[in-house]
Amino acid sequence: MIPADRELTEAGLAPQGRGRILLIACGALAREILDLKAANGWAHLDLTCLPAKLHLYPEKITEAVTEAVAKHRADYDGIFVVYADCGTGGLLEQRCRDLDVEMVAGPHCYSFFEGNETFAAREEFTAFYLTDFLVRQFDAFVWKPMGLDRHPELRDMYFGNYDKLVYQAQTDDPALDAKAKDCAERLGLAYERRFTGYGDLATALSAL
Amino acid sequence: MADDEIILSELDDEELVLQMHDDLYDGLKEEIEEGVRILLDRGWTPYDVLTKALVAGMTIVGADFRDGILFVPEVLLAANAMKAGMAILKPLLAETGAPKVGKMVIGTVKGDIHDIGKNLVGMMMEGAGFEVVDIGINNPVEKYLEALEREQADILGMSALLTTTMPYMKVVIDTLKEKGMRDDYIVLVGGAPLNEEFGKAIGADAYCRDAAVAVQTAKDFVSRKHNSMA
Repeated sequence: MIPADRELTEAGLAPQGRGRILLIACGALAREILDLKAANGWAHLDLTCLPAKLHLYPEKITEAVTEAVAKHRADYDGIFVVYADCGTGGLLEQRCRDLDVEMVAGPHCYSFFEGNETFAAREEFTAFYLTDFLVRQFDAFVWKPMGLDRHPELRDMYFGNYDKLVYQAQTDDPALDAKAKDCAERLGLAYERRFTGYGDLATALSAL
Repeated sequence: MADDEIILSELDDEELVLQMHDDLYDGLKEEIEEGVRILLDRGWTPYDVLTKALVAGMTIVGADFRDGILFVPEVLLAANAMKAGMAILKPLLAETGAPKVGKMVIGTVKGDIHDIGKNLVGMMMEGAGFEVVDIGINNPVEKYLEALEREQADILGMSALLTTTMPYMKVVIDTLKEKGMRDDYIVLVGGAPLNEEFGKAIGADAYCRDAAVAVQTAKDFVSRKHNSMA
């Protein structure tokens, strides 16, 4: 069963206790990982997610991952961390190295969904990215934490230097496309939809 | 009019300054503009209005942001209010010859368009008496070097929000070294994904975690520089 976004945002997801390898992932990636697991029959992979809201506080990610590794390490043959750098400034990568666990390569999920090489080659630094999860949770992860629900006049202070919103679609869903377009309008940005599928995430998990 | 509405012009100086700290905290731009004008009309020097009403108020905002009591939207509203007050004071400060502590060139690095933190640092540095030359966003090394030389600056401030762009700070510092210019400037770096270790590793003089720290660090370095030249 796919957990609700709200649950994934606030509480994360507990492991099922089945599988040799535990994936410790961001709650924002739960649906995608569960979909990949089901589609590929990856019964050897178990999944636990940390609350997706850590996305708003990148300085807390490294410690949260460290605690999760310590908590679950003894119960599995191996652990794989399904976070990219995610704004930790290299600290998460360093910690994973210290803990002797591997993680997904790349700066952000926006990068590995498109494929790290393709994403870097674009040098598209005036684009603001949303994934399927972030489109669904736009108000909880963008609009409200930035105070735009209370102070819409702040919009251009945040987004004045951006020129477009790119919706990186992991799935084909016209309703999400329409919602992403509306998000772009609310931010005063041009809109582009780009289908990425699961990109490097699928490649990384298939190697486990 | 509500019975409890505060009439700024009816407050004495001390009450008005405290009220302005509250108004700044609440991001009330028009009230700050009004307070600044009242204090100037009462004969306050622009420098005193700046430091005692605006900078002191913004320092409280900065401390509460650091302590997790205030968040980015509230800080931005406060900064907008302070900016409005400073817009009134700036021309007057130039006329009255307020003390100048030093000159800073500040900009966001190449490939990065984020400027909220940079703008806050620039504003607080100005409030602390530094002359600030803001070269904006997405700056290649040449632009930093050209501005530093043209402005005869004391301090270089570099900002980055992205893990992918922060290494560019090292490119700028290494270029300064190659050209024999590194020791001419105090180099301060900041931005959300940075940390002290990174600042040291790239050869900056200091990593500053927020605007208040940037101001204090800049003051310390400038006074050390002056002492060593005395």
